[in-house]
Amino acid sequence: MSGGLTLVVALPLLAALILILLSRLERRKGAIAGPGFFQRNGVAVGLYLAVAVGFWAFFIIVLPQLAMVDLSFRPKLPPSQMGGPKDIFTLENYRYFLFGSTTSTANWNWLHIKAFFLSIGVSILITLLNLAICYPLAFHMAQSAPVARLRVLLLLLIIPYWVNEILRAFAFRVLLSSGGVVNKLLMGGGLLDAPIDFLGNDVGLYMGLSYAYLLMMIFPLYNAIESLDRNQIEAARDLGAPWWHIHAFVVMPHAKPGIASGCTLVFMLSAGALAAPLVLGGPRTLWFTPIVYDRFYQAFNWPQGAAYALILLFACIVFVLAVLRMFRLSLGEIAR
Amino acid sequence: MREGIVQRFSFAVYLGLFFLYLLGPLAVMAVSAFNTPDYPQVWPFEGFTLDWFGKLLSDGDMMYGLRTSLWIGVLVVLVSVPIGLAGAIVMTQIPVRARATYYLVVVSPVLTPGVIIGISTVVFWREFTTLTGMKFMYDGIVMTVLGQASFISAYCMLIILARLQRFDRSQEEAALDLGASYPQVFLHVLLPFLKPALFSAAVLAFLSSFENYNTTTFSILADKTLTTVLAGRVRQGTTPAISALAVFIVAVTVAGALVYEVMKRREDGRIRRRQQVAAKAEEAEFSGTPEPAAAE
Repeated sequence: MSGGLTLVVALPLLAALILILLSRLERRKGAIAGPGFFQRNGVAVGLYLAVAVGFWAFFIIVLPQLAMVDLSFRPKLPPSQMGGPKDIFTLENYRYFLFGSTTSTANWNWLHIKAFFLSIGVSILITLLNLAICYPLAFHMAQSAPVARLRVLLLLLIIPYWVNEILRAFAFRVLLSSGGVVNKLLMGGGLLDAPIDFLGNDVGLYMGLSYAYLLMMIFPLYNAIESLDRNQIEAARDLGAPWWHIHAFVVMPHAKPGIASGCTLVFMLSAGALAAPLVLGGPRTLWFTPIVYDRFYQAFNWPQGAAYALILLFACIVFVLAVLRMFRLSLGEIAR
Repeated sequence: MREGIVQRFSFAVYLGLFFLYLLGPLAVMAVSAFNTPDYPQVWPFEGFTLDWFGKLLSDGDMMYGLRTSLWIGVLVVLVSVPIGLAGAIVMTQIPVRARATYYLVVVSPVLTPGVIIGISTVVFWREFTTLTGMKFMYDGIVMTVLGQASFISAYCMLIILARLQRFDRSQEEAALDLGASYPQVFLHVLLPFLKPALFSAAVLAFLSSFENYNTTTFSILADKTLTTVLAGRVRQGTTPAISALAVFIVAVTVAGALVYEVMKRREDGRIRRRQQVAAKAEEAEFSGTPEPAAAE
């Protein structure tokens, strides 16, 4: 595998080197004016900037991702055979995801495929649901709430924001388990004879996921709507626009970046959620992330796990691109 | 005006439901931490107890995990804030054509699922440390700090960048004209200006690190943090001791948020006072008759 790693390390470094040389060349030709990087910052500060950003971009972000891509195309081998003749590029890990076997393509691996598409589909629904739940409050806070009430609302939102994901899932377990508060209330009220198994039929999981990432939606929405000039809304109202026109044609177009960034975050977090499925899932729950986890720490098949992780990452990239395309935005506008 | 009343009423109902959904589960969990039965239960309330908090303190794994989490949090702050600062400064200096690519690279961890960041960190460093003979680096705490630093540095960068964009470069030039060296300008002009943003970034970095689970569970290897111990406990079974932990964490966060809020307000007040003083001095200077003269 060392050959692969050399490639992984060498390629981005080479690319960066070429870019630096190109900019040097341009500078010499006079295409770029102004002081150079080290002239502008001085040697000590310039060195700090270059080393910190270089280490971050290469050793923390790019190289690990590339190493994962590389590993996902490798067979599972004992350490002694790594880098040996058997260590070749292969598609077997991806084949396993589709067919449940590294060699045959006779049967589809329905369990994993279903889990994958279910996770993606449910994550999209949760994203839309959270957008619908959060939008009215975000609008109220940003445009019509008095200052004193806004302070209180923000504080009430910030407190649960920092409660750990696992504890949020646990709270839902306390609520929804068969001996939990909701079932007891319903039975005590005479509405039910036997407890409903919220956790077994995944209602608990979906509610828990929606709950866990509610606040990831509201803050971007709030920030985006807040920057809208209230006169625009007044003007639309004076011109006789009904309330839903105001939202559809004035507020939402303005809040596009916030909506897009909230949706991206909620989708990414729920598709990649690990704690909620572990805590709230029943024995037959299908969710993709725990399957990825099991590739690593139950099956100890790291190349396969890397391939599964990459499939999930691919889905997230497709989602982000689709959102950007749909809202006609650039990445810079949503990630802030 | 009938319509207005209906609208107002339905909005109040919505607001009530929203906060019931948001805070209700946490409140229920909090109450169960003070109830005596073994199973986290709210109703019937059988008796008030603080035993579950005691159980928490005597839980060795949990306390060990807490210590590790605090350590990792501090290390992540020490790594991510300087990286985020450098990232933000480079962002303002990089040629326009390269800016989009640079932005894509450094912001991508924010949009990547945490599990994938954890996996890729472990995969890369396992190979890299074996190859370079730095096997001692392949350690749960080091891996977790590196993994978390990828996206937490990006958070820090975004916070610092927001303030940096309001920085007036002529201040820097003035200092250079007056004979300051580059490191002096950086230390005495730029850093003091960025101080509030650096402080916010540090608080956010620590909290994000402390509550992280998805990345940590992969990158911690054989070690354990508070969140990984917690996940194990929750899977084993539900006990009110976990509710007690939640109450504790909420209390700490609320206290932290309040302290942060108070400090910020004090800082804002100080800035406002300073501006007032400066404005007054300016006024006195330009009014032609300096104040001491007027007093004579």
